[in-house]
Amino acid sequence: MAIDNEMLMNIINKNKDNNGALMQILHDVQDSFGYIPYEAQKVIAEELNVPLSEVYGVITFYSRFTLNPVGKYKVGVCLGTACYVKGSDKVLERIENILKIKAGETSADGLYSIDATRCVGACGLAPVMTINEDVYGKLVPEDVDKILAKYK
Amino acid sequence: MKTLEQLEEIRNKYKQFTDMRTGESANAGECRRQIMVCCGTGCTSSKSPKIIEAFEQELLKNNLDKEVKVIKTGCFGLCALGPVVIVYPEGIFYSLVTPEDVPEIVEEHIIKGNIVKRLVYSETLNDDGSVKAFGEVGFYKKQMRVALRHCGFINPENIDEYIAVGGYKALEKVLKSMTREDVIKEVKDSGLRGRGGGGFPTGMKWQFTYDSEGGEKYVACNADEGDPGAFMDRSVLEGDPNTVIEAMAIAGYAVGAQRGFVYIRAEYPIAVKRLENAIEQAREYGILGENIFGTGFNFDMEIRLGAGAFVCGEETALIHSIEGMRGEPRPRPPFPAAKGIFGKPTVLNNVETYANIPVIILNGAQWFKNLGTEKSAGTKVFALGGKINNTGLVEVPMGTPLREVIYDIGGGIPNGKKFKAAQTGGPSGGCIPAELIDTPVDFDSLVSIGSMMGSGGLIVMDEDNCMVDIAKFFLEFTVDESCGKCPPCRIGTKRMLEILKRITEGKGQDGDIEKLETLAKTIKDSALCGLGQTAPNPILSTLKYFRDEYEAHVYEKRCPAGSCKALLSIKIDPDVCKGCTVCAKTCPVSAITGERKQAHFINTAKCIKCGACVEKCPFNAISFK
Amino acid sequence: MMEKVKIIIDGKILEVPSDYTVLKAARMAHIDIPTLCYMEGINEIGACRMCLVEVKGARALQASCVYPVREGMEVYTNTQKVRTARKANLELILSNHDRKCTTCVRSENCELQRLAKELNVGDIPFEGENINYPIDNLSASIVRDNNKCIVCRRCVSVCEKVQTTGVIGAKNRGFKTEIGVPYDKSLKDTSCIMCGQCIQACPVGALREKEHIERVWNALENKDMHVVVQTAPAVRAALGEEFGLPVGTCVTGKMAAALKRLGFAKVFDTNTGADITIMEEGTELLDRINNGGVLPMITSCSPGWIKFCEHYYPEFIPNLSSCKSPHTMLGAVLKSYYADIMGIAPEKIFVVSVMPCTAKKYEIDRPEMEVDSLRDVDAVITTRELARMIKEARIDFVNIDDEPFDNPLGEASGAAVIFGATGGVMEAALRTVAKKLTGSPLDEIEFKQTRGQEGIKEFEINLPNITLKGAVAHGTGNARKLLDNVKSGKAQYHFIEVMACPGGCVTGGGQPIPSFKTKNELDIFSLRANALYEEDRSLPVRYSDDNEFVKKLYEEYLGEPNSHKAHEILHTNYTKREKYSDDFLDMTSVGETV
Repeated sequence: MAIDNEMLMNIINKNKDNNGALMQILHDVQDSFGYIPYEAQKVIAEELNVPLSEVYGVITFYSRFTLNPVGKYKVGVCLGTACYVKGSDKVLERIENILKIKAGETSADGLYSIDATRCVGACGLAPVMTINEDVYGKLVPEDVDKILAKYK
Repeated sequence: MKTLEQLEEIRNKYKQFTDMRTGESANAGECRRQIMVCCGTGCTSSKSPKIIEAFEQELLKNNLDKEVKVIKTGCFGLCALGPVVIVYPEGIFYSLVTPEDVPEIVEEHIIKGNIVKRLVYSETLNDDGSVKAFGEVGFYKKQMRVALRHCGFINPENIDEYIAVGGYKALEKVLKSMTREDVIKEVKDSGLRGRGGGGFPTGMKWQFTYDSEGGEKYVACNADEGDPGAFMDRSVLEGDPNTVIEAMAIAGYAVGAQRGFVYIRAEYPIAVKRLENAIEQAREYGILGENIFGTGFNFDMEIRLGAGAFVCGEETALIHSIEGMRGEPRPRPPFPAAKGIFGKPTVLNNVETYANIPVIILNGAQWFKNLGTEKSAGTKVFALGGKINNTGLVEVPMGTPLREVIYDIGGGIPNGKKFKAAQTGGPSGGCIPAELIDTPVDFDSLVSIGSMMGSGGLIVMDEDNCMVDIAKFFLEFTVDESCGKCPPCRIGTKRMLEILKRITEGKGQDGDIEKLETLAKTIKDSALCGLGQTAPNPILSTLKYFRDEYEAHVYEKRCPAGSCKALLSIKIDPDVCKGCTVCAKTCPVSAITGERKQAHFINTAKCIKCGACVEKCPFNAISFK
Repeated sequence: MMEKVKIIIDGKILEVPSDYTVLKAARMAHIDIPTLCYMEGINEIGACRMCLVEVKGARALQASCVYPVREGMEVYTNTQKVRTARKANLELILSNHDRKCTTCVRSENCELQRLAKELNVGDIPFEGENINYPIDNLSASIVRDNNKCIVCRRCVSVCEKVQTTGVIGAKNRGFKTEIGVPYDKSLKDTSCIMCGQCIQACPVGALREKEHIERVWNALENKDMHVVVQTAPAVRAALGEEFGLPVGTCVTGKMAAALKRLGFAKVFDTNTGADITIMEEGTELLDRINNGGVLPMITSCSPGWIKFCEHYYPEFIPNLSSCKSPHTMLGAVLKSYYADIMGIAPEKIFVVSVMPCTAKKYEIDRPEMEVDSLRDVDAVITTRELARMIKEARIDFVNIDDEPFDNPLGEASGAAVIFGATGGVMEAALRTVAKKLTGSPLDEIEFKQTRGQEGIKEFEINLPNITLKGAVAHGTGNARKLLDNVKSGKAQYHFIEVMACPGGCVTGGGQPIPSFKTKNELDIFSLRANALYEEDRSLPVRYSDDNEFVKKLYEEYLGEPNSHKAHEILHTNYTKREKYSDDFLDMTSVGETV
């Protein structure tokens, strides 16, 4: 795919001279493009003068960075300890059944992707799910249907 | 740029506001009330920013915007009851507030002076209908807030409020009247130990970094709080970011560093924003930058974001991540104090550790040492979670018995269930069984019973939690988060998980428990980093205290807690079943038969245990057994 | 003088330099500690946990390969705890390793297998999931099988730190950590220079060369074909190791005899090609110097280096000598002049090259390597593959009597034989060029400045009318440094020799893989290189231009060096190559059916 080269170069140039710039560049690219496309990795590798294998190795090490576009609605289910002991796995199961995709996948229409996340820190609200910036807490599996219906 | 005199002016100007919150003053100039709204992550998730908006509109509408100030704060700790709103000077604690409740609070409480009782935190309501100070209720009474001293008390986005409560006085004291050696001695004498998990004496770390040769040195803060269920560091950064800045500057002065790094989880956007904001304000005031307070000391800091790798909480992995590499640990020595970020000597402490530093400097090492126990000085913040009534953030003196934390502060176990175990230390820690509930919570006591302090996650489990399943949960986490560098962790934890999986699926084999023990020992002895070495702890401690549960799974194919689905079957209680046929219609594999108006039966051979019938039964006659 | 510390290992009091690791100290005292991921100076990451020892006072066991010694330290290398941990870790590694050892190319030369035996591993108690990885066999030279990979990262470190190519790296994390090319693509579609140093680094069978053995057997079986073989200089210095002969044994005669036994119609020496190379390259150098050509001129014998230059330093392509490499030159001569004088149709000639090199497999597939649409060389087998063929044919290599190379090419010069060690091409060229410029044979024929293991060797030689400045680099990491110096103007030369492999061809990617113990105890490079220097000294002809066959070749066929005819069959051209192509993602992934 074609990427916005100017945006990419701005990101790289902004961080380039900082020691250990790779992480911050990847963060910014992830935030701007929604994922880290190959085309961007290639440019980053050239500009930072590191092998592509290193850039790719860093991306695939950290779970926050993705190689593929994620859905318009990023559904996250917290599987942190507090949520897990309160049954967040059942919430996840229900979401998977409704959206017919598994955690880590994106629906064919590009609308949804599901993530089984680490603790989001809202343990008081356990079990918790998030959709993009919205947080839903104290869930029972049945709540999921209504919540998902809001995101079309 | 502000001079020390100007800071003192700010302090005096803002003190009347903070005094109002302590009850020392009834008003601050024309301001006669302050409405504190918690904007920690928990309450923000429950729409507290909307509540602030609503208050501001409502106050404006009533021309009260001068008299009444709405103030954003960090976490009050009682997350289960969020969003939380406190009105000063009365100190009325409103819980579970919604934006819709705001007009009523303004109308009744602010204008008419009548407390809105239906929203008041029930524990603060006396039988006679009067309201007591929230500090008197169980949750707060036994706490001692040192690291969290400003959380929920000041506006974390306004450096003036931090200055008003004595902020940056410790830095002033250090720069103006203490030598570098004095500072290190003070920290050493305080007995402060690292709050990130290891419990290494902080003053020693500073000394080693001080001793290291080499021009440039760094100060780093580990805010990569990764233990699932722990969020104390986030709360400090969200509620009191200036404390961390001040402490890092003090550390910089002591060890001879001019540059600081805060490595913080990208999953903590609010904390990142508040810290960025605080750094910005500190720079404007000349508290960060060159020639701080005219003493010739230079110090500045920057934020580096983590990207979702638990292992980056390990110090050498964190350093690699800051350097822009895969967050893989490396063997030590050399320790960061000798060879840290970009190869330079680096002192690395976690957020909560830093949060203690300014108080130690101001109140003295002896004051701090008197808190807690002999070998574990001070307090510890815990994130209470799981099967407990008052989920949230609590801070207690080291050595407080676990029972007090769970019952007096945590309010006990919900739904009348029995306490079974508490898990501390996350994936590196272990379970504390009911019979050890009187164990004092401090570094060494926890280690002696096979757990560890960790960063302070404290997850409570009741009788419905299967301990094999809990061990499996933590191993799943470890396997997922292993960096993959050394075989014991990369392959060993995977093999342990495979064994646990088959045990919980009813396929456990004779010898599996012994294999788990062998693997656990190998990994503990030989993994490369602390995370690998502690990865077997959840298994070792559950095996130690709940071996019978493992044995029941392996030899009797039974889950005593009734949690492992594969070992359960679904039963219809014939006494409760009304024969409505809903279950039979729901069953996807036609495993349920029965006549209308007669008790139904499940053919266990056909049943796939999907649980659909359990959910659908209108009479709760069907359950997993 | 490094200060010394006293330490105690297993009760033995040792005095060692304070910058030593425990492992180094133990080895000094002949205390054996097993290692797997450790490569001194290259891969010191303490990852594999094989070298664990007990250090008094330390909580957990420590990796001795990276643990620094300190005064008064007490170390135990043979306790129950140490033995149990090493063994259990080895069992874990084995539980995640494709253990088809009997059919593995590294069987009996596998560090993992050896350790399993030495640590007395029996049944593996921790069997479990193994990820099934597709095998990357799309590259012309290198096959990668991650089912055997133990993630020790030696290959990664060599690729990144020594060769500075970095085409492979660690991907993903945890149990899913694997080594390879981004996006599961093949080495074929990367800037891999095919040097095969990763194979040399691999302790197990996860990396191997792409075999041409079947191709060769089939050609030998085809009675219509005139199948000839040529052997590179470095092969003779190492082939014997595959048959248990000491490192550094020169087996030229046995090798020629064995090749005849395998059924080759003629057995030739690539050294003849090397002598031709010197004629062409020497002439090209003098021409560039005298006529204002692009300088420095850089040698082109090493196909790994050529690919490196094309990917990473395309601006130096005009500096590359246009000469083909010696074996492709000889291939081209065999299919033209030789075909003529022997009266064999060129298309009936099948040329096999035995090379210390994996990149040569890639090289013969380059479109330029042909004359009249006949490939210069039809198959390349490495020294290791030749050993396998000899074993398969049940030839008693150790006891076979020496035989000479075949006519009409006969014996080549001593200058050619030293091509196999770093600096050799330079030295051979200097002999001929210096003799030509001075007009008489040299007093001192050996140019010691070009020899040895120094990464970059620089020298100046005073010749009539010119002070010739030259440099020799081996290993592309050193080449990179050298080129950067040239680029920045920090250094100026007339002539540069680059070999892709550290040490040159004697330690090439296709050479026998010495056991870990051998590598520790012996200086493999020097022993093999000395075998070549010995042979040089023993030969009657030591200048390339004195080679009788070569003289005849020019008289009867090519005319002058760099003549039109010579250019047609002996010279080539180069192409700028992308490091990462735009259509990389569209390339075939490893494991896809093609």
